[in-house]
Amino acid sequence: MAERLFQAGIWCAALLVLMVLFWLVQGLLDQGLAKLSVDFLFSQPQNAGRDGGISSILVATLLILAVTLLVALPLGLASAVWLAEFTATHNFWARKVRLALDVMAGVPSIVFGLFGYAFFSLFLGMGFSILSGGLTLACMILPVFIRTCEIGLRSVNNSWRQGAAALGMPKIKAVWFILLPAALPAISAGLILGIGRATAETAALMFTSGYVDRMPGSVMDSGRALSVHIYDLSMNVTGGDAAAQASALILLMIIMVLNMLAYAITDLWLGRRVLNGFAN
Amino acid sequence: MLALIIAVIIIGAWPALSSHDSIAFITDKSWYPLEGQFGMLSMLLASVLVMIIAILLAAPIGIMCAIFIAYIAPARIQKGYRFAIALLAGMPSVVLGLWGLTVLVPLINKWSPPGQSLLLAGIVLCIMILPTVTLTSLAAFKSLPETLQHATSALGIRQHVQIVNVLIPAASAAIISGVLLAMARALGETMVVLMVAGNVVQFPTGLLEPVRTLTANIALEMAYATDLHRASLFVSGLILTVLVLVMMLIASKIKSDNHYG
Repeated sequence: MAERLFQAGIWCAALLVLMVLFWLVQGLLDQGLAKLSVDFLFSQPQNAGRDGGISSILVATLLILAVTLLVALPLGLASAVWLAEFTATHNFWARKVRLALDVMAGVPSIVFGLFGYAFFSLFLGMGFSILSGGLTLACMILPVFIRTCEIGLRSVNNSWRQGAAALGMPKIKAVWFILLPAALPAISAGLILGIGRATAETAALMFTSGYVDRMPGSVMDSGRALSVHIYDLSMNVTGGDAAAQASALILLMIIMVLNMLAYAITDLWLGRRVLNGFAN
Repeated sequence: MLALIIAVIIIGAWPALSSHDSIAFITDKSWYPLEGQFGMLSMLLASVLVMIIAILLAAPIGIMCAIFIAYIAPARIQKGYRFAIALLAGMPSVVLGLWGLTVLVPLINKWSPPGQSLLLAGIVLCIMILPTVTLTSLAAFKSLPETLQHATSALGIRQHVQIVNVLIPAASAAIISGVLLAMARALGETMVVLMVAGNVVQFPTGLLEPVRTLTANIALEMAYATDLHRASLFVSGLILTVLVLVMMLIASKIKSDNHYG
């Protein structure tokens, strides 16, 4: 009897969560779907976003992400290589850096927003611009990205390193031609998750990349990201709910595709590691 | 990098910390920035209360979901259910806020206006942090040695006793650290509470009263704040960071102290 009750309770909890998820998606589809069309994607917002589409918003979002990636990718890879290949695991500085990264990963995004506003926008004089928004996001996603890359590099089979060393390859070449390609699936999975987090982010962008919904002319212009657009439409524009939900659907689709990519790549990578193990 | 961020925040907060009596952040009656009153206690309390409601709801349900995936669900359902949880984990907070605002607020409004309230913020936040709890507890269950399960089964202990009395205690350290992480996320979350909590600065007196949290306050007032007002917003950012950091450190300490980590 108790066994049955226990099982029933667990099933109930599981179903409850599933129902909430369906309710959520259904609530968005309810109003958003009618608004959604090809036209919506490729026309400029009008009447504060109530009418028209989200083309300029999408462009601004992509530009912000491009800035984020341009900064985060080289910086993140370099730090991960340093942590994984050029320092001992229990090195004093490496441990401090790792702790700092883990702590940074937990800092609330609004605090990153404050930091970006004070440092990039005011101190470095970039103002409300796509550039400062992108840089702020780069700071935000770097910790998680570095740690995933580091783990990816560490899980590369040690015999590959020894082989490269036996052939007399300089360490830096071994990293570039052998270890990084071998860790590529982990790196791309980490990167895609980071992009997903950056795309979903709102609070960090509100004071760094700004609210202007015109088509951005350069990275120094202010541009409104998709998530900020949703927030603005639902809170500050009366009658903007339908457009907000349509934008939310687009955002959700982008993030779902990114997540599925990340999972597929991780699966692939895990499969490869098993193969590597058998080869030995 | 972390040092730079904290340094910038502290420099931003400095005018308020030095010129203003720093105890005044607690003793000032309320938040009237234009009159030089910067009492943050009501907002801090609101932040903490929203977090507590969220975690009280999310922790049991989240752990039950993890048990469901790990032990109860048939293999075929298991994979699909995991995907659903991952989908929920990837849900942008602004989308959750939008859903709360357009679907849940009108619902509660009918029952007890204005609808945007402490309780609602807690519920929506609960949905946001639930996947964190589920995924970390699931990882904890998966990392337990299988012999534990085999041994208890061999003793003829029934499954629910096994789970409640053996497996959950064995995984408890990792589960607790996951719950702490989820709490840190809830405390630092801005968009959801900004959209559904109502944003009225007041001491929360009931579950259905609108409140304003520290994070929402930063988001609302940063755009036009100047001088001391701006600096005190940085102070609230600092308070938040410190709170979240303490929780994270406790979580990682608990995790590194336990055997099955």
